Amino acid sequence: MERPELKRISENCWRIEQTGNMKVPGMIFADNDLIKDMDEKTLTQVRNVAALPGIVKGSFAMPDAHMGYGFCIGGVAAFDPDAGGVISGGGVGFDISCGVRMFHTGLTIDQLDGGIKEHLAEALFRDIPAGVGSTGTISLTSEALDNMLTGGAVWAVEKGFGTKEDLDYIEEQGCAKGAMPGKVSPDAKRRQREEMGTLGSGNHYLEVQKITEIYDSQIAEGFGIKKGDCMISIHCGSRGLGHQIGTDYLRRMANEASRYGIELPDRELASVPVNSPLGQDYLGAMRAGINCALANRQILTALVRKTFAKMFPKAELKMLYDVSHNTAKMEQHEVNGKMKQLLVHRKGATRSFGPGMTDLPSRYKALGQPVLIGGSMGTASYILAGTNESEKLAFSSACHGAGRSLSRTAASKKWQGRQLISELAEKKIIIKSRSMRGLAEEAPGAYKDVNAVIEATANAGLAKKVAKLTPMICVKG
Amino acid sequence: MANDIMWQHFSHQSDIGIRAEAELLSRAFEDAATALTAIVTDPSTVETVQPVNFELAGENEEDLFFHFMSKIIYEMDVRKMFFGRYEVKIENSHLTAIAWGEKINFERHSPAVEPKGVTMNQLRVKEENGKWTVQCVIDV
Repeated sequence: MERPELKRISENCWRIEQTGNMKVPGMIFADNDLIKDMDEKTLTQVRNVAALPGIVKGSFAMPDAHMGYGFCIGGVAAFDPDAGGVISGGGVGFDISCGVRMFHTGLTIDQLDGGIKEHLAEALFRDIPAGVGSTGTISLTSEALDNMLTGGAVWAVEKGFGTKEDLDYIEEQGCAKGAMPGKVSPDAKRRQREEMGTLGSGNHYLEVQKITEIYDSQIAEGFGIKKGDCMISIHCGSRGLGHQIGTDYLRRMANEASRYGIELPDRELASVPVNSPLGQDYLGAMRAGINCALANRQILTALVRKTFAKMFPKAELKMLYDVSHNTAKMEQHEVNGKMKQLLVHRKGATRSFGPGMTDLPSRYKALGQPVLIGGSMGTASYILAGTNESEKLAFSSACHGAGRSLSRTAASKKWQGRQLISELAEKKIIIKSRSMRGLAEEAPGAYKDVNAVIEATANAGLAKKVAKLTPMICVKG
Repeated sequence: MANDIMWQHFSHQSDIGIRAEAELLSRAFEDAATALTAIVTDPSTVETVQPVNFELAGENEEDLFFHFMSKIIYEMDVRKMFFGRYEVKIENSHLTAIAWGEKINFERHSPAVEPKGVTMNQLRVKEENGKWTVQCVIDV
């Protein structure tokens, strides 16, 4: 396929030249095959973001990029608030701060031999609320809910869900500063009342994984991992509260954009200046959404620890790291030799801070942050490390997963849940889910090849390969 | 026939699109709402025993449709209910509705995936040759 609009500038980077109302070029990180498969609509979304006011340097797409709404999934863009830069509800999405948390179990694969694995799968499926309509066991008063929205994982730890040490291994030490619970609607808070400590559905999951490959032994040692280790991964977000904040502000921003002279190439890009009253309100509400996601993953961690304690009384579940995918964060970045405070949107992309960055825990300071990549069900996940090169390439960002290649409607016609369970059972992967159609929609074949996405990410310099993991147990939301 | 299926899901790489067509705008809204239920469960498995009433306003027809679909997602979420039948009345961008349904029954409904929100991507409400088409993409 001819793609005259794409100029290859290196092995794994392509540029869309600035045309029309684009204020910066588009930059896509991908290898030859990934770019070939990238939908024309994804490229249009990259161009649309490039037209937003105050965008700096480029409109970026990660190797797992695919069509989203407004921003593409895998889209990264930074805006300068001092130059009329915008904040976009569509650039964050509905599942605010959806992300991946990984922790050590202290167990190796041989300790899960025989019937123990099945027993553990049953116990996790029973104890972790997952799927549509599931509710948590924690009910919050409105005062407690506001405290949670202000404090995030810090609040959860104060309430007994985990330890202070956990907080060192979460971006922003477990709390997005500047959250404004007062800017979160009563409807959004109502949606969260019964949903603390729930996994959700769709592509959300809890997996027990084993480390099958180590690519960088020095960083792996620093991260405390080795081949044969069993890890736990949780992929979930800010639940009903985040979804409602997205809905409330999308509508308001779309209606108000024109007041600021912002022409939206796609209404879903709903944006207002960061320094406008509505921009500040959304920033405060969105940060509350981030804290809700961080608290939620912290509570889920406590639930998993409880389950493990019953089966493996000596197991110590220590945090590796917690990363968020759908966020807009104020960060310091170098632009034309000067440090600038920018609002970086990552829509389905992971922060990839390299060695020396201020937010990193002392243990990882010389290594870069763990960049946790969740693969599709039954394939592979990866632990990468942030690089300083990524700062120059894309404001310290990397991919977030495999990325869909086939729609849910097409996937549910092509595969059946029960058949997938037995196919994966042959690979010794136990799948637990309440919904067979939900499973079919998440079939591994509906996703891009995660290995190819990781190779392109690593070869482009966005992050460094550290370890590969394959699933043993998957509790699907 | 009154019970003809007048809605469809259309493909979107990440999420699910819904579209409905009818002579009356209110009927198109009702069918689109059924399509929304069908993202999560088979609407025919939902017993329509409990009514939920609501009303809302929009700045125009598209805004009203966005608001309406968002409201159903909200009601499903907070009540932990699914709705199998909808009655909608629209007058001058003001809407009153009754959604009929029941509490989630995990065995019978086997819910697939939870709608998170209504996107403005491909959001459309238009009348052409005496027929209304309404459509949007739901983030799941």
